[in-house]
Amino acid sequence: MTQHTPPAAGQPVTTPILSVRDLSIDFHLRSHILHAVRDVSFDLHSGRTLCLVGESGSGKSVTARALLRLIDPQARVAGGTITLRDETGAELRLDGMAPNSREIRAVRGGRIGLIFQEPMSSLSPVRTIGTQIAEALLLHRRMTKPEAKAETVNLLRQVEIANPERMADRYTFEFSGGMRQRAMIAMALACDPDILIADEPTTALDVTTQAEIMDLIARLQRERGMAMLMITHDLGLVAEVADAVAVMRWGRIVEQGPVDQIFHAPHHPYTRRLLEATLKLDSSAKREAPRMDGTPLLSVRGLGKGFGAVNWRGRQTFAIKAVDQVNLDLWPGENLGIVGESGSGKTTLGRMLLRIIEPSTGSIRWQGDAAPAEVTIMNRPDLARYRSAVRLVFQDPYASLNPRMTVKQVIADPLVVAGGLKGAALDARIAELLELVGLDRSAMERYPHAFSGGQRQRIGIARALALNPRIIIADEATSALDVSIRAQVLDLLLDLQRRLDLSFIFIAHDISVVRYFCDRVAVMHRGRVVETGSADDICTRPREPYTQSLISAVPNPDPRNRRMLHRTRFRA
Amino acid sequence: MWLYTLKRILLMIPTMFGISLISFFIIQLPPGDYLTSLLASMADSGQTLDPVEIARLRATYGLDDPMIVQYFKWISGIVFRGDFGYSFEWGRPVSELIWERMGSTLAISIAALVFVWAVSLPIGIYSAVHRHSVGDHVATFFGFLGLAIPNFILALTLMYVSYRYFGQSVGGLFSPEYVGADWSWGRVWDLMKHLWIPIIVIGTSGTAALIRILRANLTDELSKPYVTTARAKGLSEFNVIMRYPVRIALNPFVSAIGWVLPNLISGVTITAIVLNLPTAGPLLLRALVSQDMYLAGSFILLMGVLTLIGMLISDLLLAVLDPRIRFT
Repeated sequence: MTQHTPPAAGQPVTTPILSVRDLSIDFHLRSHILHAVRDVSFDLHSGRTLCLVGESGSGKSVTARALLRLIDPQARVAGGTITLRDETGAELRLDGMAPNSREIRAVRGGRIGLIFQEPMSSLSPVRTIGTQIAEALLLHRRMTKPEAKAETVNLLRQVEIANPERMADRYTFEFSGGMRQRAMIAMALACDPDILIADEPTTALDVTTQAEIMDLIARLQRERGMAMLMITHDLGLVAEVADAVAVMRWGRIVEQGPVDQIFHAPHHPYTRRLLEATLKLDSSAKREAPRMDGTPLLSVRGLGKGFGAVNWRGRQTFAIKAVDQVNLDLWPGENLGIVGESGSGKTTLGRMLLRIIEPSTGSIRWQGDAAPAEVTIMNRPDLARYRSAVRLVFQDPYASLNPRMTVKQVIADPLVVAGGLKGAALDARIAELLELVGLDRSAMERYPHAFSGGQRQRIGIARALALNPRIIIADEATSALDVSIRAQVLDLLLDLQRRLDLSFIFIAHDISVVRYFCDRVAVMHRGRVVETGSADDICTRPREPYTQSLISAVPNPDPRNRRMLHRTRFRA
Repeated sequence: MWLYTLKRILLMIPTMFGISLISFFIIQLPPGDYLTSLLASMADSGQTLDPVEIARLRATYGLDDPMIVQYFKWISGIVFRGDFGYSFEWGRPVSELIWERMGSTLAISIAALVFVWAVSLPIGIYSAVHRHSVGDHVATFFGFLGLAIPNFILALTLMYVSYRYFGQSVGGLFSPEYVGADWSWGRVWDLMKHLWIPIIVIGTSGTAALIRILRANLTDELSKPYVTTARAKGLSEFNVIMRYPVRIALNPFVSAIGWVLPNLISGVTITAIVLNLPTAGPLLLRALVSQDMYLAGSFILLMGVLTLIGMLISDLLLAVLDPRIRFT
């Protein structure tokens, strides 16, 4: 199984800067030992990028952190070697170093830099960005404080942060997600490391921000000739940036080789399955578009919401228009996608449709019942009836289910609130709902923590279906799921739609998911809908400049046709 | 920031007015007044007082006025003349009595607070970092012991120990020969010898509580990604912990100031009585028992004011410590 990577075609025959051989990591848990990583071997070469690909739980993050000996106390390196070489060829064995010893601390930050996924929480909120970067400089480069300060500003300029002198004295919560990740990169690169480990560096970011960050990393890598180990679950991104790929599953590397070979001649069935799931989402689901000549189920006109600060006399001083003059129509049986970057107002729009957030202006016309009704002026009983016909599925399958309630209680909740069902009838209805979403009826008595992310999302969907809704608003319902699970959940939703005559409003930042799932797409930018059209048109022939830049920033899962790095840029 | 401080101070004025109103009325709530309780205790010891004399006293003190009139007399004295009224029982102005006790109260409380911080900070950090280790269990055991033992029992035990084994006089803040003497090194040393008992007694329960809070907070923070970032930078473990998670876990320490100030007066009354400390607590208790209304009212008002000031100080310190609070 373990391949001692023979230098493949197209890869220069150099001595690798870092070699990992037969690395195994065990987690000593209370009841048993978990073999998180088994016999993993790979090499990193200067100036080249190795992508470690796998779904959650495959052991890819632990492997990367083990290189810096940053693993949890209950994890042990059970075997294998990690060898770091410098320009002269002198070897340094990292596996034998004690955690937090002086030698490994010289490597951390000095020779190997690390970037994480969560730009929100990977920097301390109570210290300025500048001091956190300068700390690394003071440690490894023996600078004086003023020198470190000047170098910090210089680094921030290199990662393209505007006004670096001022921004160095700011705190993380004053930075946007993309800027935080830039600051994080500046920190990892402060001491000119030979190797950069990027652990899902762009997962939490928008596609356009992701493209910018990847541009930046690629440029810095080229300038400094660094080796990069990138960990990701996104095969599209891999195709855009990798030189070589290693696919991990259940702690083992199942296949590794040059990027072209992995994408165009995969050997292992698991690699093929992953690719299929990714490529499937890059096309549309090939379903018949619904008729759009009748009356729409829901029609939104001029909907808007302003948030603003209030001055001391109680007057509105500065209003942000989160949603501005939005017009939408949803026909029966239609899937309408709403895409946009974070802050574009798509979630606010979704919440306003249910009047969880009160709209400031505009109208929402509901034509599900016999007579059309205006949602914005509904009274409470009418609104309750409307809300049982329009349900919401949330993004985070972990946070949206109460951990103290059994699955039965979770799904029964809307039924109990609506009244009517009791006892055996209630149980029967819940069992029916569970079977509808592909879960066994025995799941009823268990608690949400016993289920995986995909199963929890199914429970969330069952809860939404409980009251026989007409419309489901899915707010980023699949973005927390692995690629293969994501495809399954989307197919489940399409199947439910066929059987139950549902319409979906699908809010997402992931364009490929929208393309697969939706008939029509509305693109939002700064609170406005900039373009509406059929999903295929938006994805292949976008008209508006903003849509063009958005689509071109989406990674293309084909290494022979990289599009992210020569994308259209939008300036507004 | 300055604007915020000013706003907070301005908002304190109506709150203080409310506190003064409520505290005065609460004191008036029990039936009777100072004279009735005085008569009762005199009757117990077989003395009587001439009814004419009683009526004269009632008129002088204005005890028969409506409550609202009494309140306005009291509050206008405080606001315009700094006059807190007159203590019936002690026969002296209230302000004199209060300030006399405030010095020692302040000294003991601040010393106890410093003791609490000095002990709980290192132990809390150790407990969180070495969770479920032997050291953690020992600290937890003693922490809970300190929390569980009633203060007065601990006070009695420590008094016994220091009398029996160190042979020093116990109770109060000074040995008899130094009471009322001029300040000298001998007197300071004598104070130190007496001060440790109240500090330990008052500090133990607070220490235990803060250790638990710090341990819980720090445990949460230790697994945050920014700690790993700091480690990945190559910082030593000590620096990682002190500069990153501890900075954030410190917030409850600062919040503690808010409730320490009002505790100055009322918090340690039982301990103060057992140890015969000249602090404000026992005085307040006596004033309430004997319905010495101006003294009791002034104390309660002062406690309210101290609570407000304590909250303001801790909020401002929190803002200094945590920039996230500053900007919202």
